[in-house]
Amino acid sequence: MKMTGSQILLECLKREGVEVVFGYPGGQVLPTFDALYNYEGFKFILPRHEQGAAHAADGYARVTGKVGVCLATSGPGATNLVTGIANAFMDSIPMVAITGQVPTGLIGNDAFQEADITGITRPVTKHNYLVKDVKELATIVREAFYIAATGRPGPVLIDLPKDVQVAETEFIWPKEVKIRSYNPRYLGHPGQIKKAAKLIMQAKRPILYIGGGIILSGASLELLELAEKLGCPVTWTLMGIGGFPSKHKQSLGMLGMHGTAYANHSIMEADLIIALGARFDDRVTGRLDMFAPHAKVIHVDIDPSSISKNVRVDIPIVGDVRQVLEELTKEIKRVPVIDDWLKHVESLKKKHPMVYKDCNKVMPQYVIEQIEEATKGDAIICTEVGQHQMWAAQWFNYSKPRTFVSSGGLGTMGFGFPASIGAKLGRPEKIVFNIAGDGSIQMNIQELATCVANKIHVKVAILNNGYLGMVRQWQELFYKRRYSHTPISGPDFVKLAESYGAVGIRVTKKEEVRPAIDRAIKTENTVFIDFQVEEEENVYPMVPAGEAINNILGGLA
Amino acid sequence: MRHTISVLVENKFGVLARIAGLFSARGYNIASLAVSETLDPQVSYMTIVVEAKDAKVLEQITKQLNKLIDVITVTDFTKKEHLDRELVLAKINYAPKDKARLEAIFNKFVGKIIHHKANTAIIEAVGDQQQINELLVELNKFGIKELVRTGKLAISN
Repeated sequence: MKMTGSQILLECLKREGVEVVFGYPGGQVLPTFDALYNYEGFKFILPRHEQGAAHAADGYARVTGKVGVCLATSGPGATNLVTGIANAFMDSIPMVAITGQVPTGLIGNDAFQEADITGITRPVTKHNYLVKDVKELATIVREAFYIAATGRPGPVLIDLPKDVQVAETEFIWPKEVKIRSYNPRYLGHPGQIKKAAKLIMQAKRPILYIGGGIILSGASLELLELAEKLGCPVTWTLMGIGGFPSKHKQSLGMLGMHGTAYANHSIMEADLIIALGARFDDRVTGRLDMFAPHAKVIHVDIDPSSISKNVRVDIPIVGDVRQVLEELTKEIKRVPVIDDWLKHVESLKKKHPMVYKDCNKVMPQYVIEQIEEATKGDAIICTEVGQHQMWAAQWFNYSKPRTFVSSGGLGTMGFGFPASIGAKLGRPEKIVFNIAGDGSIQMNIQELATCVANKIHVKVAILNNGYLGMVRQWQELFYKRRYSHTPISGPDFVKLAESYGAVGIRVTKKEEVRPAIDRAIKTENTVFIDFQVEEEENVYPMVPAGEAINNILGGLA
Repeated sequence: MRHTISVLVENKFGVLARIAGLFSARGYNIASLAVSETLDPQVSYMTIVVEAKDAKVLEQITKQLNKLIDVITVTDFTKKEHLDRELVLAKINYAPKDKARLEAIFNKFVGKIIHHKANTAIIEAVGDQQQINELLVELNKFGIKELVRTGKLAISN
């Protein structure tokens, strides 16, 4: 049967199992939007900014593990997606972004709303395509989903000129995808796994250091099995949150710049780091030449280029973390004796507990704890970027993968709110909170309209301190309290929410915190809670940038 | 230190930009780059000479290249026996009386005059980089007016 490019695109998306597309119309995607008119193959959500579309697709992908899809027109529509694409790229999130393009005959002519989006996104996509012939379209869409979801996942962009959307051809659904130059390796090398097991059996002070790869490969159960077999402490990166239960007795919480002091001290003293799907980011290692000086390193990652990039690795294992863990756990025939190490780690926990100054004021950490209590920890927590993000990482006990949605690598303010829309659509049965700062929330606040129009009931907890708090904290600590352009005003968030048809609640006293959260959860609407929190509260512990990670500014502790 | 890498790539739209972009985005410097189709027109062969300060950088470069979807294979010639050649075309000052001097040079280096008119000649020469550099020193005694080089081509042996 002959179909137009636009019809082929929609048919391909449907066959790929797409449930929802976040998209914004424009001149060069008119044919595709015409095909979308009354289309019922999947849900379509119109955000109020293309950046919102990209982050929503990203949030959807993070909570479901499926490929998120966004769609925009050429030129400004496409460039507005770029931050969202780069965000997904840095955090290895499977996404397919589709952009309209000026007709093939006009490409390169500086036509109206033309942008070389394949050129622009080349460094921030796993791969991208400019479709020049409608006959290639079905294969390209199939490849794009395959590339996005396999190996180390990532965003793939398809640029679709208007004339290709209109052109007709016979629709042929490619049965399988074969790309001769792309063959991700999932199975770890058996010899390397044996060597790793041997090293583990000999270890005296082992630590499991886990990253986003645990979540992406769905390896939580396999990790739990290995961890409990070894009995050793487990620490995680921001991206690894939810990969291991926070309340587990072996858990050390997050490590790195704002990690727990005991996680940082432990990894610095370890004699073996078992790194699983983590990439030794600078926020984790601090000063590299002083990082974990006594440790041998086993590094499991699906991306060979992540291995030995930052730290020297003794046993590299390229493969899917879940599959490698299955094999590795089997190979460990004898459990190492680490009682002294565990006692020591326990003493570190006692010596450097996580604390904050609990008082009569509305403390941001208290708000997070109350959200956990009110939801019994069973919620999806999205965040923006800044102090609130770190508090959300530190003070909520996550127990399941894909329940913490946060911009790790790129650190994108404005991510959380649209991401929470995608998260709620992906897991409608869950309570979805977006924990925000008063700075970040203003970056994509227009998505309130999207929430209300589509009855996507997310709860937004704004930790409003009147500052771009994280930058202010750095200015306080490292720039002699010269608060250059970090005091920031905002709207009346309650009135703003109401003007969009959502619900706004203001909290100025500690005793109002919990009732406000409870009310927000019960309310069948999107809710903004404006928590007017202690203004100059800092995120602690903190390791100053470029310092060894056991050089910790402790705050109270 | 300079290293020679060969890359077999899918001969697709934008592939050169992907390779070049990878180098620039990660701050690696390309000293020379030679690209052409292979016998299979769907595949291109690139020889890249790259500055890498240590083995770790070189390892990252090859890994990052391998990550590109359109890259089929990457060969690092640092650890591999290979032959390499470069072609140069040099336009030099030339008068018929210089013929004997030039022929003496060509006895030592592989080169020939492929064109001459009035008081210039175009010399074509092929050799490894050391030979080419030595030849250029000789040719420069006549005065090189224009010079083009292909960059290094390498093949394993």
